[in-house]
Amino acid sequence: MSDDDPQSDPSDPTRRKFLVTTGSSVAASLVASYVPALASGSDGDSDSAWAQTGSSLEDAVPITLRINGKDRQLRIDSRTTLLDCIRETVALTGTKKGCDHGQCGACTVHVNGKRVLSCLNFALMHDGDEITTIEGLGTPDALHPMQAAFVACDGYQCGYCTSGQIMSAVALLNEPCGPEDAAVKELMSGNICRCGAYPNIVAAIQQVRKGA
Amino acid sequence: MHTFKFIRPTDSAAAIAAAAESKTAQQGADVRFLGGGTTLIDLMKLNVETPARVLDINRLPLDKIELMPDGGLKIGATARNSALAYDARVQRDYVVLSQAILNGASAQVRNMATVAGNLLQRTRCAYFRDTAMPCNKREPGTGCPAIESGNRTLAIFGASDHCIATNPSDMCVALVALEAKVHVQGPKGPRVIAFGDFHLLPGSSPDRETVLEPGDLITHVTLPPPIAGSKQFYLKLRDRASYEFALASAAVVLTITGGKVTRARVALGGVGTKPWRSPEAEAALTGKAANDATFRQAAEAALRGAKPQSENAFKIELAKRCLTHTLRTAAAS
Repeated sequence: MSDDDPQSDPSDPTRRKFLVTTGSSVAASLVASYVPALASGSDGDSDSAWAQTGSSLEDAVPITLRINGKDRQLRIDSRTTLLDCIRETVALTGTKKGCDHGQCGACTVHVNGKRVLSCLNFALMHDGDEITTIEGLGTPDALHPMQAAFVACDGYQCGYCTSGQIMSAVALLNEPCGPEDAAVKELMSGNICRCGAYPNIVAAIQQVRKGA
Repeated sequence: MHTFKFIRPTDSAAAIAAAAESKTAQQGADVRFLGGGTTLIDLMKLNVETPARVLDINRLPLDKIELMPDGGLKIGATARNSALAYDARVQRDYVVLSQAILNGASAQVRNMATVAGNLLQRTRCAYFRDTAMPCNKREPGTGCPAIESGNRTLAIFGASDHCIATNPSDMCVALVALEAKVHVQGPKGPRVIAFGDFHLLPGSSPDRETVLEPGDLITHVTLPPPIAGSKQFYLKLRDRASYEFALASAAVVLTITGGKVTRARVALGGVGTKPWRSPEAEAALTGKAANDATFRQAAEAALRGAKPQSENAFKIELAKRCLTHTLRTAAAS
């Protein structure tokens, strides 16, 4: 979860880095085989989606996003959601895309300290805002207490919803919430876990609240 | 999603001028104000909304919640639903509003969604959200398949031969019972709209949902001064315990003096094509003893005019029991 830049360390053989590296070389070889004009970077169709990268993107808008304390100067299409910007543009893939329609909570991040659904925000709405993702909470060597509690209480099974659950749970610590489990369940109802790890998620949150 | 120009107006006047260039402020608008995004961006992803220009009004100074000289409350258009629900004045004097908001959506959505955006929340009717299907609200004249089937969650009040879609808001149900007012600034100046007049019945033009015209910007919502000793409650019944739209809900504001109901405001949610006030229930309560028999009679009166669809006749008894329980709980509070 400290995977700040998955492409930064060539000696780090993570699964994601393997997929990113092999995926892009496969894509590059396909482009080289079938679209020689683009592969050589010369006279391709400038309207082609293949050619629209980085600053050449039509109608791209410059924006500064402050993510996990670090300013990122980006140029993005106005349609880019905060979620897609975090995952695809900035390559912080701890934040997950579940339903992409605000129904599952997997994409939960903090904006200026409040939990929000990054799939239902345009990145352009957040120029200058302080954004925190799961990568900004803790590191494998120094877990956030909520991350440690999820590990201790086994608050997950497949793990896909976990970063959203933890971002929600950390925000909940600063929200009006009664002491009982029912109050925690109500305030966590926007985070769906299809594995059904709910009892352990509630236990993890209560462990942190009682220890705090 | 279709491409659009993202614009951040510098002030309300600029926002109004830009929005006034739209042909309509209703379904099919080519200019949209962007608040929390929880409805608009969802519908843009589905190509149900396809604005060419999106005006981000989140940085305009419209997010304050302020006490007014008359003792009422002024709620800024971009105040977040969570800020309103947890406001100490709302929790003390307008608790039905806090309860309604906290029964809606999830904590994340409430942190994003604005008050004005909640007023403009769109129906969850599955046909409206699916561009492969006919829908008179989305594409006037194409028909309403919901009248044939798939109408379990849809309206039993206010429907027409053209549309039976339910208004999904919880917050608006409480605002009806509290007799809120909607304040709009438009190209021709400001105006104030009584809450009950803000939403329109579908009639023969279900694409038109509110009285808003191009350029109209909701600036704030006001609540009248609190009624001392009033008893309030919001109850929501739904398929899941949380994070689900209402099958039936009720908001009540009662004044009980010497065991009698002296003033009653009753609104129903999840059952109407707009947030549904029940003058029938209010009349059945006023002047009567505050007891279970009265409450059940008020619920019978409230649902007398209901017209069920093919799959939702259950909502009539559900709404009666919902309102009876809401009245009983409020009276005992």
